[in-house]
Amino acid sequence: MKIYDVIIIGAGVVGTAIARELSRYELKTAVLEKEIEPAFGVSKSNSGIIHPGTQNHCNSLKGRLCVEGNKLMRGIAHELGVDFKEVGELIVVFNKKDIPRLIKLKEEAEKLGVPKIQIVGRGWLKEHEPNLSKKAIAALYAPTAGILSPYRLVYDMIENAQNNGVEVYAQQEVIQIKPSKIRGSKKQGYFEIITSSKRKFKTKYIINSAGLFADDISKLAGIDDFKIKPRKGEEFILDKKKEHITNHLLFPLPAKKSKGVLIIKTSAGNPMIGPTACDCVDKYDLSTTDAGLKKVLSSVKRMIPSISHKDIIAYFAGLRPAAGEDFIIRHEDKVPGFINVAGIQSPGLTAAPAIALMACAILRQQGVNLKKKKIFHKTREKTTHLFEMPFSHTEKIIKEDPDYGDIVCRCEMVSAKEIKEAIKRGAKTLDGIKFRTRAQAGRCHGSFCTCRILKILAENSKRPITQITKKGAGSEIVLEKRCND
Amino acid sequence: MIKQRELVIVGGGPAGMAAALSAYKNGVKDILILERDEYLGGILNQCIHPGFGIDYFKEILTGPEYARRFINKLEQVPRIEVSLRSFVVDLTKDKVLTFLKPGSFNRIKAKALIMATGCREKTREMVHIPGTRPAGIFSAGLAQKMINIEGLIPGKKVVIVGSGDIGLIMARRFVLEGAQVKAVIEIQKQSQGLLRNVVQCVQDYNIPFFCQHKISKIHGNSRVEKVSVVKVDKNFKTVANTEFEIECDSILISVGLIPENELIEMAGVKIDKNTNTPVYKGLNKTSIKGLFVCGNSYKVYDIVDSVSSDSEKAGQSAAEYLKRGKK
Ligand SMILES: Cc1cc2nc3c(=O)[nH]c(=O)nc-3n(C[C@H](O)[C@H](O)[C@H](O)COP(=O)(O)OP(=O)(O)OC[C@H]3O[C@@H](n4cnc5c(N)ncnc54)[C@H](O)[C@@H]3O)c2cc1C
Ligand SMILES: Cc1cc2nc3c(=O)[nH]c(=O)nc-3n(C[C@H](O)[C@H](O)[C@H](O)COP(=O)(O)OP(=O)(O)OC[C@H]3O[C@@H](n4cnc5c(N)ncnc54)[C@H](O)[C@@H]3O)c2cc1C
Repeated sequence: MKIYDVIIIGAGVVGTAIARELSRYELKTAVLEKEIEPAFGVSKSNSGIIHPGTQNHCNSLKGRLCVEGNKLMRGIAHELGVDFKEVGELIVVFNKKDIPRLIKLKEEAEKLGVPKIQIVGRGWLKEHEPNLSKKAIAALYAPTAGILSPYRLVYDMIENAQNNGVEVYAQQEVIQIKPSKIRGSKKQGYFEIITSSKRKFKTKYIINSAGLFADDISKLAGIDDFKIKPRKGEEFILDKKKEHITNHLLFPLPAKKSKGVLIIKTSAGNPMIGPTACDCVDKYDLSTTDAGLKKVLSSVKRMIPSISHKDIIAYFAGLRPAAGEDFIIRHEDKVPGFINVAGIQSPGLTAAPAIALMACAILRQQGVNLKKKKIFHKTREKTTHLFEMPFSHTEKIIKEDPDYGDIVCRCEMVSAKEIKEAIKRGAKTLDGIKFRTRAQAGRCHGSFCTCRILKILAENSKRPITQITKKGAGSEIVLEKRCND
Repeated sequence: MIKQRELVIVGGGPAGMAAALSAYKNGVKDILILERDEYLGGILNQCIHPGFGIDYFKEILTGPEYARRFINKLEQVPRIEVSLRSFVVDLTKDKVLTFLKPGSFNRIKAKALIMATGCREKTREMVHIPGTRPAGIFSAGLAQKMINIEGLIPGKKVVIVGSGDIGLIMARRFVLEGAQVKAVIEIQKQSQGLLRNVVQCVQDYNIPFFCQHKISKIHGNSRVEKVSVVKVDKNFKTVANTEFEIECDSILISVGLIPENELIEMAGVKIDKNTNTPVYKGLNKTSIKGLFVCGNSYKVYDIVDSVSSDSEKAGQSAAEYLKRGKK
């Protein structure tokens, strides 16, 4: 049986960032993921903000990795063709008595090395954020805050990692980890990993980046000293027509356990409001609530009074995989070769590239020879999206490929070509198509395009339409087919 | 130079077809219909139930039969050009249209323009039904298209939210396909659909009908497993201790239609934010001269017969506008 150097458990943003980083080196690396596609865990449901590093304790690991991640992300996004927009953020206060807190936040952020931050007053706000409530008197402005599409980042990183030799195995839920010593020696040997489909993998090192389930994986390896406590965040997406309702990301002063309810700009243009922060027990509970909606609406209306519940076109909930206050990133000396990358709550998306470097450093410390590959493909061909190009370019590509003129999704203007391309690059489900192309993500929510996408998926993956799912086994869309084509 | 056409009509449903025929009758000799689908007829193609044409043709027809009558008439008028698979994606205030076809990118300028783009359905998100987001939640129109056009059965144990006509008709449709319709749930005091549909589609099939109720939660992670239902009072507030559950594998959402007017909004036509319809005095008219809107994109009609007759007036208005311009 093949022995891998490193197996990464979990293909979220953290696991894929590590995989891409490791793909620079002469290593046999694989990623195991329990879901049918990458990015189906926490990394699909978050705010998509590349935080500047404000609102973190200056001695925290997550604060340091956030600031570093913000810097690194720009390079990665550029290399992989992921759109990164530096929109800047404002932490807004409404009361004179809150100004000292703003100053304190600024000091903390400066200690962490967050660049270019400043406190701006009413005049600045009026000019640069005209829809902001007149009651807002000042804000901490951090211009390096950015936005990107979190799932596209994951897909593009994993695609690039695969292109550089990393193997990815989906639908492989890890259920057992057997450490083994080399007989007669004190030196570590290899692990045997067994998955729910009874496949076995052998590896010298394991990196556990299993998100919400990182505590379960750690326990399988014999380390049982932390617990992941999910913290739910509900988010509500507004119609693209409201794209310019704000110019920046708007934050209130941070709450105890979260950054508060925000007004978010997203890479797709639609503003988003949320998230809530509510501790819960069930790691599968992604339900949204009336209470969550009420809370979010009342909080954001304080900042932008013109936001209305009528603007909402979609909503979702995500669970922050929190294990106490900070990230847990360490080699477990009791189980040599086992590295935990756990408790990656917010700002985990931002920090992912820095976490990846840290994981590499740990491997190096453990004696792994990280020898650079002679050829590393650091770039990938940027995915084409009609909705983000000028018409002059649309005209050109339709001439080159007629399928670009065949519109499938009316709300987001997605062509048949983009859908087929997404399938070629690994999309297997309706959600996978949605995350990659935005088809079904607009205001009609797939009423118009679902049938067509089902047919394209069935045809291009050579599966019967009854086997096409929304997000993996058990989520089939069509229960029976009555006629033959 | 951008090609110019006398009259362009966007949408080849009953509204667009009626407008085209009437504009022709009123003297317009250069007419182009742009339709994004592969066929004319619009939403009627998936409405295979009878109940169309009672006013207009004094006959009871199915949707496709009703559409066919107009298609036949169109086919006899060579001056009306029909361009299928033509998706209009951009419109300016000068009535310059951009449309995409497989293999071609096109731009034309219309002297007069009639928008007959129909409606879309309101979604679960617009009425804020809490809970999870598994597979098995469909707009009623999507379910109708799956069954009637594609021959695909999207559910076997169905709960229908909303009792508009589409929801009621789909209740019967699912029963006829051998599915179990567990309930129709309506938040108002009475059905929002035509009485004949309540009787013929729900009562005749003994489908449980809950007025003044709403879904308080959707359950299931992969596929819909059940819904929680509660009673509401006349202010739509939940009545305590009335919650019960219904096991099901699908939920159809039939909570109303919204006129599709994003294109004219893009062009700068004044739009009512609540109804998504153009704000202007006079049937089919908008704040941009020579730009008319008809059919379900002008306002949501109950029956297609009135769509046809009102849209004929749009064709006439466009013809008059063009004549005035020539003088
Ligand atoms: C509401 C919300 C908003 C947020 N906003 C932001 C933000 O704006 N900016 C920011 O920086 N961060 C944000 N975060 C945090 C960020 O989303 C997370 O830190 C990040 O996505 C965590 O990534 P991950 O790879 O660790 O986890 P995941 O994406 O969950 O990846 C873990 C993967 O492991 C897989 N897995 C689990 N168990 C097994 C097993 N037994 N075998 C195989 N595979 C397994 C899972 O299926 C999953 O794909 C937000 C989080 C939430 C919930
Ligand atoms: C499920 C259902 C059941 C019904 N039952 C009845 C009934 O029993 N009796 C009755 O009288 N009426 C019924 N109706 C109502 C009737 O069908 C509608 O009033 C009528 O079809 C509306 O016509 P329309 O032309 O305005 O819209 P549509 O029929 O929706 O046509 C709009 C057309 O515009 C095209 N289009 C839209 N945007 C673009 C674009 N950007 N570029 C190109 N083309 C575009 C669309 O593809 C479509 O073909 C029912 C409707 C539905 C949905």
